[in-house]
Amino acid sequence: MSVAVEFRNVTKEFGPVRVLHGVGFALQPGRVYGLLGENGAGKSTLMKILAGYESPTTGEVVVDGAVRAPGGGSRAAEAQGIVLIHQEFNLADDLTIAQNIFLGHEIKRGPFLDDKAMREKTREALAKVGLPLDPDTRVRKLIVAEKQLVEIARALARNARLLIMDEPTATLTPGETERLFALMAELKAAGVTIIYISHKLDEVERTTDEVIVMRDGLLVAREATASVTRRQMANLMVGRELADLFPPKLPAPAGGEPAIKVRGLSVPGWAEDVSFDVRRGEILGFAGLVGAGRTELFEGLLGLRPRSAGTVEIAGKPVQLKSPRDAARHGLTYLSEDRKGKGLHVHFSLRPNLTLMALERYAKPWLDPAAEQAALRDAVQEFGIRTGSLEVRASSLSGGNQQKLALAKVLHPGPSVVVLDEPTRGVDVGAKREIYHLVQRLAEQGLAVVVISSELMELIGLCHRVAVMRAGRLQTTLQEPNLTEEELIAHATGTR
Amino acid sequence: MPQVPAENATTAAGRHGGATAWWGKLHGLGPVIGLVLLCIAGTLLNSNFATYDNVMNVLTRTAFIGIIAVGMCFVIISGGIDLSVGSMAALIAGSVILFMNAMAPVLGSPMAAVVVGMLLAVVLGAVFGLVHGLLITKGRIEPFIVTLGTLGIFRAYLTYFSNGGAITLENDLSDIYSPVYYANLLGVPIPVWIFLLVAVIGGVILNRTAYGRYVQAIGSNEQVAQYAAVDVHKIKILTYMLLGVCVGIATLLYVPRLGSASPTTGLLWELEAIAAVIVGGTVLKGGAGSITGTVVGAILLSVISNILNLTSIISVYLNAAVQGFVIIAVAFMQRGKR
Repeated sequence: MSVAVEFRNVTKEFGPVRVLHGVGFALQPGRVYGLLGENGAGKSTLMKILAGYESPTTGEVVVDGAVRAPGGGSRAAEAQGIVLIHQEFNLADDLTIAQNIFLGHEIKRGPFLDDKAMREKTREALAKVGLPLDPDTRVRKLIVAEKQLVEIARALARNARLLIMDEPTATLTPGETERLFALMAELKAAGVTIIYISHKLDEVERTTDEVIVMRDGLLVAREATASVTRRQMANLMVGRELADLFPPKLPAPAGGEPAIKVRGLSVPGWAEDVSFDVRRGEILGFAGLVGAGRTELFEGLLGLRPRSAGTVEIAGKPVQLKSPRDAARHGLTYLSEDRKGKGLHVHFSLRPNLTLMALERYAKPWLDPAAEQAALRDAVQEFGIRTGSLEVRASSLSGGNQQKLALAKVLHPGPSVVVLDEPTRGVDVGAKREIYHLVQRLAEQGLAVVVISSELMELIGLCHRVAVMRAGRLQTTLQEPNLTEEELIAHATGTR
Repeated sequence: MPQVPAENATTAAGRHGGATAWWGKLHGLGPVIGLVLLCIAGTLLNSNFATYDNVMNVLTRTAFIGIIAVGMCFVIISGGIDLSVGSMAALIAGSVILFMNAMAPVLGSPMAAVVVGMLLAVVLGAVFGLVHGLLITKGRIEPFIVTLGTLGIFRAYLTYFSNGGAITLENDLSDIYSPVYYANLLGVPIPVWIFLLVAVIGGVILNRTAYGRYVQAIGSNEQVAQYAAVDVHKIKILTYMLLGVCVGIATLLYVPRLGSASPTTGLLWELEAIAAVIVGGTVLKGGAGSITGTVVGAILLSVISNILNLTSIISVYLNAAVQGFVIIAVAFMQRGKR
């Protein structure tokens, strides 16, 4: 049931770019390893090599004492029991959960598919990950967190002996995260090796036996988890002392007309009778479990979903928002949680991405590329977007820099209210810190900021007040001194 | 002709990374290189190929498809398709001829009837495009299905109006109207001037207006565009209307050529227009493309048939086959671009 793996001097080059510079270490069976590193440190590439999606340029992967032959692909790796759970989902939307779980590994009776057996096994795997869904549900109908759990169930159905999890909790609620940790403990007891990649250092501290830290394509540290603090982990990742993650909080603005006033907003199926205000200079957080209706509430506010009731006032004037365009015209912009699907044109270069929401400014009536380029130079400076050239496509930026570009884009029209949905999802610690300071700066400049986040520490560290939603309803709005992890969880799960 | 847009040059270069940027640039020049090679071959094979008359002849014949292809380029970049343009051209041609014949006595001036009829061609195109756009956006039907439907509808109505035969423009009107096709300005036929004008305007709209940028944004990722406050429905409707106007313009140039419309008018124009766009380097998936490429693509396809007409190496009957091979070859070279 267990598998021993060793990397021997593995290098990997993509064209002229070398992402791994000779990495070598061994993993003992039945242990949980935390793999840490900033975006671009090479951890994903190394894991893709282990799971057979990439082959090393030089060096070798040794599994159970035998050097793995090149060219086997992920199928060969899976045959050895090594399964990678992708950070970006590899599920076919139009197939059912059962069909996805057995895709490429269908159970057959003679020439025909044995749907009954596959359904049964799927049900078992779903029960293990705590997802009580019908195996015949189409994946299209699932929300992001459920898709993540299906990915994990798929790995279980493959009888994985070594499981690689890349940011598995990024989309999970605290409850689901707990269940995942319990499942990991079970798997570990059964002799499964787990490699756990996460930016959430508290989770790494809780769940792993050892941490392996990579930086710039090299192994920089390997320590027993118990012997390093979170702060030391963070410092090892960035290779320098990390100044405080959150900027010191400014006092909440008092009095004055709210920049946005929402009353009794209902989005059928998602949110019911939600009211809130945000003042200029204030940061209002939205906490809640996945499925609590936070994203959908704001999509309803923007006119992307039908609303059944509610009024919205921006700067004291009632407005009817039928589309994001209406919203932008009234000074309200929204950063989507889904960066690649809804946030950025990843095939476009940086300039058209930045100016898309404020294009009227550059069209008089002919677009002025020179002015756009100047705006891009300013934005790269202001938002600290790290890129080799200004002419690259957005897809070639790292996750953190893409997120900074997406932020620059929604701020480019000069909104008075900005809604940031999961502004640091999938972003490394360094970029997180920069984004937190940026959000603070926006509030300082007088913007009303809404931050929707599943990371409680982020909401506590950044926001003046945090609204907690549960099952589509606004439970409470917390502020100091009640703004604590315990309080937030209690209200989000309804145990208070 | 509009210059190669900086926008497309950068995205093409980005596709292959910095070190291979020259290859990206070369990629964009593929259709031009192909056209140049074809012209060299044509000149070597037949001394008549490079004559002024033949060149103008080829360009005039290209004008109809080329003008439609410019509009088609916008539709394809936005991620759509229009299969009905050939039938639309036929119905517009028939309607315009019937209108001119009927209105000449009413208006009392054949000249006025011709001018109003020409305007009608453009208006009809815009209205048909509007209907397409509304069905596709508000009706939420796939563009392929909508225009497959209207492809049949338009041609059936023309066949009905013409009773299965031809609708012919009356002689006095035909005399007034014929210069629109046959006249020259500075030695260049009118349709070629109009083609050039449409292409230049198309290039400017695509690359230098907010509308053009939105068209590319929608084709690249519609949801991102919607979240970025782009009025996706309006832009798409405008795109189909723009194509309709292009069809109207192409038709008003085409009518005086023969002075009649029949059930075979504009047959397969949709495929030629789409082929010109694709040969010109625009990806059928949408998101990016170029008007220059489209114009070159249209010319390239008609040069092929011209060379086959002038030489006897390959039978003229194989014209469509040669064009087909070119389209597949181009698609082959573009594979993996996105």
